[in-house]
Amino acid sequence: MPVFVTKIIAFLAAAVVQAIPLIYGSTGEIITEKSGHLNLGIPGIMYMGGISGIIGGYLYEHYAAKPVGIVAVLISLAASLVGSALMALIYSFLTVTLRANQNVTGLSLTIFGVGVGNFFGGSLLKFFGQTGSIYLAATSTAYRTTIPFLSKIPVVGTLFFSYGFLAYLAVIIALLSSRVLNKTRVGLSLRAVGESPATADAAGVNVTAYKYLATLIGGMIAGLGGLYFVMDATGGGWTNGGFGDKGWLAIAIVIFALWKPKNTLLCSFIFGALYILCVYIPGLSAPMKEIIKMMPYVVTVAVLIFISIRNKRENMPPASLGTSYFREER
Amino acid sequence: MAKQNKVHEPPFHIVKRPAIATWKAILIRTIAILLSLIVSSVVLIVLTKKSPFEAMQLVYEASFGKYKPELGTGFFTQMFTGRKFWAMLQELCMLLVIALAVTPAFKMKYWNLGAQGQVLFGGLCSVAVMFNLNQGYWATHKWLVLLLMLIAAILGGIIWAVIPALFKARWNTNESLFTLMMNYIAIQLISCMINVWNPSGSQVMGVVNQNTQIGWMPSMIFPESWGMSTSAKNYFFNILIVLALTVIMFVYLRYSKHGYELSVVGESVNTANYIGINVKKVIVRTLVFSGLLCGISGFLLVSGTDHSITTGLDRGYGFTAIIVAWLAKFNPLMMVVTSFLIVFLDKGASDIAMNMGFNESVGEIITGIIIFFIIGCEFFINYRIAKTHREG
Repeated sequence: MPVFVTKIIAFLAAAVVQAIPLIYGSTGEIITEKSGHLNLGIPGIMYMGGISGIIGGYLYEHYAAKPVGIVAVLISLAASLVGSALMALIYSFLTVTLRANQNVTGLSLTIFGVGVGNFFGGSLLKFFGQTGSIYLAATSTAYRTTIPFLSKIPVVGTLFFSYGFLAYLAVIIALLSSRVLNKTRVGLSLRAVGESPATADAAGVNVTAYKYLATLIGGMIAGLGGLYFVMDATGGGWTNGGFGDKGWLAIAIVIFALWKPKNTLLCSFIFGALYILCVYIPGLSAPMKEIIKMMPYVVTVAVLIFISIRNKRENMPPASLGTSYFREER
Repeated sequence: MAKQNKVHEPPFHIVKRPAIATWKAILIRTIAILLSLIVSSVVLIVLTKKSPFEAMQLVYEASFGKYKPELGTGFFTQMFTGRKFWAMLQELCMLLVIALAVTPAFKMKYWNLGAQGQVLFGGLCSVAVMFNLNQGYWATHKWLVLLLMLIAAILGGIIWAVIPALFKARWNTNESLFTLMMNYIAIQLISCMINVWNPSGSQVMGVVNQNTQIGWMPSMIFPESWGMSTSAKNYFFNILIVLALTVIMFVYLRYSKHGYELSVVGESVNTANYIGINVKKVIVRTLVFSGLLCGISGFLLVSGTDHSITTGLDRGYGFTAIIVAWLAKFNPLMMVVTSFLIVFLDKGASDIAMNMGFNESVGEIITGIIIFFIIGCEFFINYRIAKTHREG
């Protein structure tokens, strides 16, 4: 096989790895936004999902005499879900029950989550009197297990079967969310809550419950993106700020995907590809590399402008996005 | 009939308050801040295993310095001349100036999440001037370089703020995401230019004009007998400028026609249109002003603080500033208090963590907790919980 073909395949596979956290993040955000809540805390929740998984996995590997892969996966998965659910709960309590400003709450949640992530990522080993940096061998190996025979097929195997189970789960969740939102009664009620909570309320939909659940489920899905990043993409380690700005990109993808979970698959892939493009273009000078890294953001801006100029009704965010609902208010 | 009407009704319900007495509002906020301090000290104590008293002392010393009786000078003399106190004032002012910058836009309900990018791009323009004009004619005209740096920074800040504003005014493009993306574009531009200016590949700019100090904010000259610390001398003009800007912003928002117009746009675009305010013009004009202030922050950070540029020039204050402004209800004078609160606790928590060998991110955790409480308490100011009265 010629070298450039191998390189292109490696590039595409790497783009998928970059795309998975974005799929989780944007799917989670879409579900939240469908209930009328703009959660700018998603970047923080993704950090939290990652670090909670690391803490869970670390505790298990630390105390178990002989760590078993599947148990490590279950424990860290559960820890990650609990961590991100707690974050989402803070957000929904403040914005749904206490009707706080959604943008301010979300930003604070991000500051808090990034702080928690970087603090424990940097200091977890210290609590146990160890030095060095975190590396979860058993857990990450289990997360990175690929389908035995299929992954060995040349080209097809690398492109489609070389990922851990969380990658496939991301695709399943995105497709499933799409179906639930558009084809079920629950989805219809959720969309109604986001479009016009007063109407939904009058029709007998429990607005508060829907808002809480959408934020919680959305947060937990987004948290999995952080988990995938630390366990699979970077192989069970933590670098402070390593997750970077993917959370914000995930929020941008929501607009790019026109609030449709199905579309996030392609959008995330494009963003993932742009994200690592500079590594795969040979002969780039150092300043040029930084310019290429700018691409995802420039593309987002272009898409934002394009959508706003076209101004089509079905491409609009849920009508009540960003506003709190108070039944007694006219 | 009466029996059939047995509907489940919760014993309490929420009622919107028409207005609240000032003392009540202050009381509620004070309680919230106290609660948040209790929770955050519990977190600090659990994480660092220090006694509450020791933790409180460390937090205090992080901002005001340690009192050393053996030096023989008074308590307040030591504090006001000391390094820590002025370093804290400097941080406070840098946070404050960015908070001032975002305020007019937020009052207009324009969600400018791009203060970071505006500060960074302003700083980048400033550094470009400083890096290129450091020889010959310019070496003898340092004031001119300083002035050009300020102008470059202001122009940079304005460009970065106005691009999203123009699209918002013309096509109602979502400004929060647009400005957010502008942050990352600015970050990448800085990384790019650092590689251009320093081709060694170390990805660090290093201090510019270390020997000539061209483009550096001058230090204040205090009488020798005062014994002022270096940070007092270096940061004095930064602090002075920010305090002046605070007063200007207060007057602009409270007493100028512009300030009135932007608050009308913030309350209701329809009302603004009805009374003949040109909303598009107000949006663009306000963001020019916002960008101008962000540019000045970039200038102060480059010229008066770092003498260099990094992608972290803004210290993450672009986002914290939004919260500072919001907590102060967009009142510039109150922002002095809220920025102090955030800087004081952030410095304290970081110092404790560093002292214990942990990393400084604990400051962000504490900041987050405090903000949650203050955000939450707004509910009790705007609403009250009333007992449900059964009818009939």
